[in-house]
Amino acid sequence: MGEQVGNARVRGPQEAVAKGSVVLIKTLIDHPMESGLRKDKESGETIPAHHVTDVVVNYAGKEVMKAVWTGAVSKNPFFAFSLKATTSGPVKVTWKDNKGVEFSGTAEVKVS
Amino acid sequence: MRQLKKLALTRRGFFRGAGLAGMAVLAAGTGVPRRASAEVDALVAEHMGAGPIAMEKVTLSAPPTAENGTLVRIPIEVDHPMEANNFIQSLGIFVDNNPSPFVAKFDFTPEVGKIGLELRIKMAKASKVRVICKSNTGKLFGTIKEISVAEGGCAG
Repeated sequence: MGEQVGNARVRGPQEAVAKGSVVLIKTLIDHPMESGLRKDKESGETIPAHHVTDVVVNYAGKEVMKAVWTGAVSKNPFFAFSLKATTSGPVKVTWKDNKGVEFSGTAEVKVS
Repeated sequence: MRQLKKLALTRRGFFRGAGLAGMAVLAAGTGVPRRASAEVDALVAEHMGAGPIAMEKVTLSAPPTAENGTLVRIPIEVDHPMEANNFIQSLGIFVDNNPSPFVAKFDFTPEVGKIGLELRIKMAKASKVRVICKSNTGKLFGTIKEISVAEGGCAG
């Protein structure tokens, strides 16, 4: 069967914003976020851990934020954050999971 | 008169005792034991650094009851400058009563400009949720909110 993984979505403001204003970036990714602590109801066996461990946010080519996540973050994790729009450029969010697989998505921020 | 007063006190004492015993029974019947605060304090110190935590500047605007423990909204705002020499460097989220209380940690550069986040997390049962921040000078700020869960999630 296999859980769907990936399909990273990153959304920022659709229109240009005033330089220096704070914008909201919303992100979503398909991921089972198995903590490794859950047991299969039928077999009773522990379901192996499979979750995002690292998140990195790059803005206009510079790393501005990074995170460490555990299996206590919800399945198909939604994550939103504020960002000061100082320049036009891409906001690239990269997720990496405990199997070493990477996913990324990008939103363009435009300042006027 | 004196005797009556004495009797009243004794009776109040009895009911108080019975109430405490009842609470102990309730606590024993809820499966996962409530984790001792000191244990989570130590975990916070391990991830965020040791020292006194000022209960200010951090707002956790999650609803007091989460409908679904697999999907608990955790919106956070931090009222602190994000300037080159004065900024919030990291933020950690901890759920006392989860099997593993450490949920996530974020590291910031001043370029972020303002700290506002929303993450969705799992909660096994009602618990204190702690959001703790550290400034670049090592000062700790935080907030603690009790969140109850209508339907438990399989938390990590």
